[in-house]
Amino acid sequence: MVSEPFLYQFNALAGGLFLLATFGMVATRQVRGCIRFYILQSVFLGVSAFVLGIHPVSWDLLGVAAINIINKAFIIPWLLRRTIPEEVHTRREISQVLNIPASLLVALVIAIGAYFLTLPWVSLAGGSAAGVNIPIGLAALLLGAFTLTVRREAVPQLLGLIAMENGAFFTSIAIAPELHLFVELIVAFDVLIAVFVIGVLTRAIHEHIGTTEVGSLAVLREEPRP
Amino acid sequence: MTVIAILLVPLVAAVLCWIPPIGKRAAGPITLVASLALLVVGLRVVAQVLVLGKVVTAPGWLEVDAFGALILLLVAGVGLLACLYSIGYMPRMTHNPSVLHHYYGNFNLFIFSMVMVPVVVSPSVEWLAVEFTTLLSVLLVGFESNREALEAAWKYAILTLTGAAIALFGFLLLFWAMHKGGGLTYTWAGLAAVAAKMPPAITKTAFLMVLVGFGAKVGLVPLHTWLPDAHSQAPTPICALLSGVETTAVLYVILRLMPIVHPSLGGTTERWALVFGLLSVGVAAFLLIQVHDYKRLFAYSTVEHMGIVLTAAGLGGAAAHYGAMYQIIAHTATKSFCFFAAGAVLLVTGKRDIASVEGLMRRSPLTGSALLLGALAIAGAPPFVVFLGEFSILKAGIGERHYVAVGLLALFLVVAFFGILLHVNRMVLGRSSEKAHGLPVAEAEGEGVAIGASTEKTLFLPAAIPGACRLTLLLAAIPVIVLGVYVPHSVYELLSRAAAVMGGG
Repeated sequence: MVSEPFLYQFNALAGGLFLLATFGMVATRQVRGCIRFYILQSVFLGVSAFVLGIHPVSWDLLGVAAINIINKAFIIPWLLRRTIPEEVHTRREISQVLNIPASLLVALVIAIGAYFLTLPWVSLAGGSAAGVNIPIGLAALLLGAFTLTVRREAVPQLLGLIAMENGAFFTSIAIAPELHLFVELIVAFDVLIAVFVIGVLTRAIHEHIGTTEVGSLAVLREEPRP
Repeated sequence: MTVIAILLVPLVAAVLCWIPPIGKRAAGPITLVASLALLVVGLRVVAQVLVLGKVVTAPGWLEVDAFGALILLLVAGVGLLACLYSIGYMPRMTHNPSVLHHYYGNFNLFIFSMVMVPVVVSPSVEWLAVEFTTLLSVLLVGFESNREALEAAWKYAILTLTGAAIALFGFLLLFWAMHKGGGLTYTWAGLAAVAAKMPPAITKTAFLMVLVGFGAKVGLVPLHTWLPDAHSQAPTPICALLSGVETTAVLYVILRLMPIVHPSLGGTTERWALVFGLLSVGVAAFLLIQVHDYKRLFAYSTVEHMGIVLTAAGLGGAAAHYGAMYQIIAHTATKSFCFFAAGAVLLVTGKRDIASVEGLMRRSPLTGSALLLGALAIAGAPPFVVFLGEFSILKAGIGERHYVAVGLLALFLVVAFFGILLHVNRMVLGRSSEKAHGLPVAEAEGEGVAIGASTEKTLFLPAAIPGACRLTLLLAAIPVIVLGVYVPHSVYELLSRAAAVMGGG
């Protein structure tokens, strides 16, 4: 836990920027922009883990910070570039389920809701970092799920998905000591495979159907087809 | 050592299948040998569990108890049958015969992910195993690469991975709860040791998040929407695995968690299980009636059966827990048989929708009788294994005085019974219409749009049923019929010990 006020404030700043990056993912139309915000979000997750790990020194948390930044700021964007065709990256979403101001408004409501939902846990946790990390982590988890539901493009949906895992992890670095490095390795590995598999699937969809607007795929349903 | 062998066998087989010169020539036989080896090793583990109670290979990492052994046995058994079926079915039915070795490679990886679930004991690794069951099967669901299969694969991946992310949050909270309770080792046993000291405020959310998150993967209502798509569009042998064992393997994790959170939450645990279970049974029973595709019919039936098992777990008590275990076996055996039969229908007729399959009994007596047997068995008609399971659950529920839940469950079961038989009856016994018979493949193959737009057309050229598929049907029918009238002592022993893991007794 952080004892020095400076570190605490620094962690709070990282948390705020982490949340802001998540909002950025909700608000960006461009696929490329969405990836940038995901990278930013992951970097701030790393920064928060780093700050929490400095004092008292926790090699686990410092390891988490390192793995996280290497994995999500370098390897994953590279993997996305490799598996998903260039054309998909330059896409913009024209028709969204909700327009940007409306989705930002909903996102705000979700973030505030997450704060109130987690109040009972924050008092249980006691430590000062938990007050920042628990609500913001849950907010990022829910915002990721929200991004998934309102986005129609394949890549932003995938990013919403892995942003949810960032959210879960942002909470855990403040509440679950001793588990970090191991779980970080598991999650890092998992995110890599998820990006690879969904990337391959996106490429197949792009090749065979000709679009990556997965939100509008609706051949499968119960009504008898004409 | 045996447990390590269980994990290694499918991995080695997968690697062999991916090596082009070997894989292209012998991917099928390699997978068959690996599946057979897996079943043999699996049976050995079951035998050891029956003697020792538990097989511990690496303490805190790889341990198998009776419940795990049960799931392991089911995965290995259905895996072998699905592989045998693939060898007959896939070369005839796939549009991508040139990459069939990729199919077998992914098949082995998928089996690997499913045997990983019951042998690991750390919830964080367990989460990874469940995540793998999705990630390693997505490309199998989309294997045909047409519009429908890719859409199904996408929905499957996104919804179940979202669920898994929610469950991850739940598992991290659970670790925190354990830490608060003074526990040190994050394993099922370590959790159980401090179960009573975990703060209810955290455990409750953790349990709900895992229930909802993994519930999406099990196909519990309201997050079941991906399931009929994925379980109907995947190649048939994969459907048997997805419906028969993948759902069950994930449900296993939820059931494992219930006795752990019970001490701090009390009856709330069971209430949530009852609510989600009954909701799934009820919604699926009514959705069954309005399907137009017979593979979707069996997919909805999977949602129903997962609901039944969860309801049984929610009823509580040793008898209901035994019923849940029995129902797990019953569902796996019967549902995989149903999909093998459905695959035979697809082979014989080349059509997916119920309305265009009529008079099956006349056209192909083997397919007709297999489908009828499967439908009767899965609907819960008397001499078969599902009937015994459902009956024991209802009886146990009355014993526990859950009259309302039992009444609702019985009602839904009856609705589902008629829903399934209504459709299958028409397919098997209805008058045979020969009108759209034997359309050339080229015409039906107008890629994507054409196939999606009209299912009236024949998807594949009608063909005879390959010998491997006949053999699979025969083997798969044995447990469906035998276990309904006679439960061998060793099976009984395994089931009651598995039920004891659930905390019954």
